Amino acid sequence: MSDMSYESVMSRKAQIMRASIGIEYDKYELEGIGFDYEGLMSDTAYPMEEITAIQRETGVGNTPLVELKNITRLVREISEPGKGARIFLKDEAANPSGSFKDRRASVSVARAKELGYRGVIAATSGNYGAAVASQAMKRGLKCIVIQECYDRTGTGQPEILEKARACEAYGAEVAQLSVGPELFYYFLLLLEETGYFNASLYTPFAIAGIESLGFEIAQQSRRVIGKDPNFVLATHAGGGNLTGTARGLIKAGAEKTSVIGASVDLSGLHMASDRDFNRKSFTTGHTGFGIPFAVFPDRSDVPRNAARPLRYMDRYLLVKQGEVFYVTEMLARLEGLQRGPAGNTSLTAAIALARELPEDSTIVVQETEYTGAGKAPSAQLTFARKNGVKVVRGDPLTHDVPGKVIAIPENPSQIKYTELGLDRLRESYIRELIKRQIVPSEKDLDYLAREIKLTRDEAARLLKEVSR
Amino acid sequence: MMARRGQWVQIHSILLKAGERAPSVPSDTADVPLELRVRGFLQDGSASIGQVVRILTAAGRLVEGALEIIEPRHVHDFGDYVPELSQAGDELTIWLAGGDENE
Repeated sequence: MSDMSYESVMSRKAQIMRASIGIEYDKYELEGIGFDYEGLMSDTAYPMEEITAIQRETGVGNTPLVELKNITRLVREISEPGKGARIFLKDEAANPSGSFKDRRASVSVARAKELGYRGVIAATSGNYGAAVASQAMKRGLKCIVIQECYDRTGTGQPEILEKARACEAYGAEVAQLSVGPELFYYFLLLLEETGYFNASLYTPFAIAGIESLGFEIAQQSRRVIGKDPNFVLATHAGGGNLTGTARGLIKAGAEKTSVIGASVDLSGLHMASDRDFNRKSFTTGHTGFGIPFAVFPDRSDVPRNAARPLRYMDRYLLVKQGEVFYVTEMLARLEGLQRGPAGNTSLTAAIALARELPEDSTIVVQETEYTGAGKAPSAQLTFARKNGVKVVRGDPLTHDVPGKVIAIPENPSQIKYTELGLDRLRESYIRELIKRQIVPSEKDLDYLAREIKLTRDEAARLLKEVSR
Repeated sequence: MMARRGQWVQIHSILLKAGERAPSVPSDTADVPLELRVRGFLQDGSASIGQVVRILTAAGRLVEGALEIIEPRHVHDFGDYVPELSQAGDELTIWLAGGDENE
């Protein structure tokens, strides 16, 4: 039996990964810091028609695009005359397990089946677990989902407990861990023990699965609105949602559509802290994932992450926890839709953004998710209070403090975004590389420019500035 | 309380002790062990809470750990009545209805 100590298992990472994904990542490494991203995507993923065919087999995709007419009317009432974009919502909750994650899981699981694996493993505390479980069962594969779920007292985040229930309902095994990044260690151990497929969120297949979402948005918008949307807003965490959606939009020819990321601002809370764990009222879609994954995507559970959000992001907007709860309530009360939390983060940013835009512009909020016990705002706010977080009515901009105070807006005019400038993220991207002794040089400039969405000259200038 | 063979149970085990945690974790996390909880069907004849047992998980794995809960129920719910949220919702409903709720 092989050594199960932390250091020993981590040192076997490369071989475990190779055996569990079936991709020779080394083949795509370039001289210098980069790798051939498009080569990796086109060789190992599937073209759009095949993605769609795979997804139709298990009832994934083709979700409705719903116009939020009452919310748009409310936005116009609190905006200057002539302002207030039309807001549409892609109702991804209509997927089999209730979120866009089915798109991601469907292609991963199909690939696992094709390659002859007996089962799949995913490390996720989110909807992806339920999606992998649901897809695996449909294709007759075993499934294990590993969650970071409990703090030191054995208290579980209600939203994560709900995901565990959903996974078990589909027939998956759920391994629930206490707080800590060593979840990855256990993930490797299980891959080794079972020989199952690594249904990572970040493989080329997983990201290709999301491309159909962007593709559908473009097609539906042309049919429903008569043009491509001006803006697509994606809740941003690990980067796959935004990356896949943007790539799908580009494949559909919607090149002019701006892709904007939105996250809940959880600054000040440490993601690996046992104490902070249950003071977060959002388990994903927040800055604790959003920023680290944007500035160093290759921190993921595969050798090269296929989710590379800085390549596609046009702007990055942050909103507060209380605003998202308020907007979740608004979606129920004004549009008759109980959804979320995930998509409601980008909906919150959309409402704030819509106020600045002319009435003939359009925003598509690109996902919703099923809601219920553990996920509903009342569940999360009750849990927050139990963990010593205050819940008040007040202007989130001045009152909201992550881990301490959740301020529910007093009126819709208090829904505002704060913008995190992309240049700051680009600088951090370069710093993160340097921190790891991956120092970009002149010959890496083309790659670097593509990675952070700049021209070669701009990238050269930024690199010089940061290296100084 | 005793669990019978074949019953659905939850077990608990320590994966990494407090001193064995990854070097990168903050001190409040490093000070506690990495714990695992997993559910499955009890393989032993019978067992009481705290006893080390083996279970068969839904994926068909045999896992060993201390028996923690017999037939665990899902305890998460919709939470308490939250007046701040309910009030916000009512304000929006009143707006949609066109103004004053008393008219």
